[in-house]
Amino acid sequence: MTAPLSGITVVDFSQFLSGPYASLRLLDMGARVIKIENPHGGDLCRRHYVSDTRIKGDSTLFHAINRGKESIALDLKTTDGLNAARRLIARADVVIQNFRPGVIDRLGLSYEQVRDFKPDVVYGSISGYGDSGQWAALPGQDLLAQARSGLMWLSGNAADGPVPMGLPIADISAGACLTQGLLAALFRHARTGRGGHVQTSLLEALMDMQFEFLSTWLTNAETPPQRMEQGSAHGYLGAPYGVYACASGHLALAMTPLERLRDVLNLPDLIGDPFKDREKLRSQIADCLASRPAADWEKELGARGIWCARVLTWEEMRANGGEVVRQMLPPASPIRIEGKRPVPAPQGPVLNQHGAELRAEFSLG
Amino acid sequence: MTSASPALPLSGLRVLDFSQFLAGPVAALRLCDLGAEVIKVERPQGGDLCRSMVVNDQRLDGDSLVFHTFNRGKKSVAADLKQPADLDRIRTLIASTDVMIHNFRPGVMERIGLDYETVRALNPRLVYGSVSGYGATGPWRDKPGQDLLVQALSGIAWLNGNAADGPVPTGFAMLDVATAGHLVQGILACLVRRGISGTGGLVEVDLMSAALDMTFEQLTCFLNDGETPPRRHAQGNANPYQPAPYGLYHAADGWMALAMCPLAKLAELLDAPQIADFPQSDAFTRLDEIKSVVGDVLKTRPRQHWLDILEAAGIWCAPVLDWPAFTQTDGFAALDPLQTIRTHSGATARTTRCPIRIDGQTLRNPASAPVLGADTDTFLTP
Repeated sequence: MTAPLSGITVVDFSQFLSGPYASLRLLDMGARVIKIENPHGGDLCRRHYVSDTRIKGDSTLFHAINRGKESIALDLKTTDGLNAARRLIARADVVIQNFRPGVIDRLGLSYEQVRDFKPDVVYGSISGYGDSGQWAALPGQDLLAQARSGLMWLSGNAADGPVPMGLPIADISAGACLTQGLLAALFRHARTGRGGHVQTSLLEALMDMQFEFLSTWLTNAETPPQRMEQGSAHGYLGAPYGVYACASGHLALAMTPLERLRDVLNLPDLIGDPFKDREKLRSQIADCLASRPAADWEKELGARGIWCARVLTWEEMRANGGEVVRQMLPPASPIRIEGKRPVPAPQGPVLNQHGAELRAEFSLG
Repeated sequence: MTSASPALPLSGLRVLDFSQFLAGPVAALRLCDLGAEVIKVERPQGGDLCRSMVVNDQRLDGDSLVFHTFNRGKKSVAADLKQPADLDRIRTLIASTDVMIHNFRPGVMERIGLDYETVRALNPRLVYGSVSGYGATGPWRDKPGQDLLVQALSGIAWLNGNAADGPVPTGFAMLDVATAGHLVQGILACLVRRGISGTGGLVEVDLMSAALDMTFEQLTCFLNDGETPPRRHAQGNANPYQPAPYGLYHAADGWMALAMCPLAKLAELLDAPQIADFPQSDAFTRLDEIKSVVGDVLKTRPRQHWLDILEAAGIWCAPVLDWPAFTQTDGFAALDPLQTIRTHSGATARTTRCPIRIDGQTLRNPASAPVLGADTDTFLTP
């Protein structure tokens, strides 16, 4: 069967991570993605060097998130550039942008402005914090959105300060939300011919990520989740849920009835309310697990049906993980269709790499 | 707009949801918020295990509160898939269904006889979504597909926290939510294709692939940087691969976050020439030293003092808020991100709404989760 989005063309004005993540997901499922970049350096992410690593002059991150896309450089502040962008959009299916609120309107390519010449456009926008209110104009940056969302008080231990997530969860989850909305709108378009505007923001995506906890908190006279003193992994779940230091390595234990653990670990005194007594229970379990290597516990407890896993490094994961892990390194599509995972292109485009071809194909002049 | 509105993109679609707990039900919830009719298929004794998974001692009309937040707006039929009569009724229902979702472990649906190949013969237009922990093959296929365990195996626990800490898992079900999103994407893409080809498709996602997708930025650095393991910052780590000053700092009265910023500019704005002693080229190699110097400066004055200076200069920074503070902000109010759900008996709970807005409208649905089997008579022929 053909890739599900084969024949769909996406014109992508977005930069950095959240928007490009959305167009990457569409690309992996078969869409053609055309990046519109400013001629003066292009996508800012090309120069966003995390760790000092680069491939062919552009940051490795840029390549990871833009693999397989086409690039054309257009100066949207000139009439020629703007007209070329309009011609591209006129023959595309989807438009994506993640400028701060108001910027795309000034460029003349807002949803309402695009709808004038392409009434059935499916148009996606990602902002940091929505389009109104005092935060609307703030930079939509991952760490800052994490800081504002309350998420930093959910990880780490009780005595720690705030603990951010060491990966761009706001960008990735907002990009994923946008992808879902765009696909739903494409489905509606196929049935009704109607276009539409899909919007999300880093903050909405982060609240969605926390929705299980937020709902609990909002309906609980607002008692905040409590991190545990050690090995905390969930503010509202009782013992033994968490991470334990073993004689060598660490073991993660998920939800397990205490009586099962009492038998398996031979701890007759492991008695108490899993939530109210969780610190006491935790330290009893921790003392027991400290006596042997994590690998031994994983094998023994796992064989007896206890939900546990050794905490691995990336090297260990690759050595132990099998096919799924191999397919996903370097990072590929997390979605398999008809049993197949698309093979990722090795790199992203050079700035304006496809400019001449696209100008000819779309009669951009 | 509510899920009954015909303007919703997925109105008219029927989804059969055989999944339990988190990733599967959350995917079905998103489809429901986007307008689909979602019917949970539950075992008659107790139903979805999540109904009895009570977190923080909170229930709503007898079922766990979190069950309601994952399953609001859905319908429920009770069927014992081990009974031939029930299985026949479910097969009949599948014939009129657009999408089905399950998260049984690999092999279970084959034994029941509702695997993709079998079901496709009943309904060639069906889009079939399957969630697993680690895919259908490989050494981990029989491990429980649970969020914390996949975080442990995938290296995520070594990205959070500071250098001297042990592994620090993320304290919420990030991989379940991310996996749910992937499933929704694959299902919707196959529905788009069905509009052209007329045939359905098979979508498979797993928590491990979601973990690697979430880490793609850091993994890409690792793979292209001589495979040096991630080195968390000594203090205020927020991403092992970001240079100084990226991270968290404690000002005189509270925590603040500082994102990317050239060192010379930071030195000037904070009036701290000692920061300018470090050339920009040291921002990676001496990041702990630099962050320590920046931290010494920031701890001398209240947070708002610094935010006023830095924000005015266009530097990316923010206060670190907890939920009580966050929910009091104008930024929170402007998003209008909450909704109240109501059970048949009138019990209510507050939860978040769908994070996607369509045509300027937020998507809300006040319905609670269904009572087990509430819609059995409607959808299953006797």
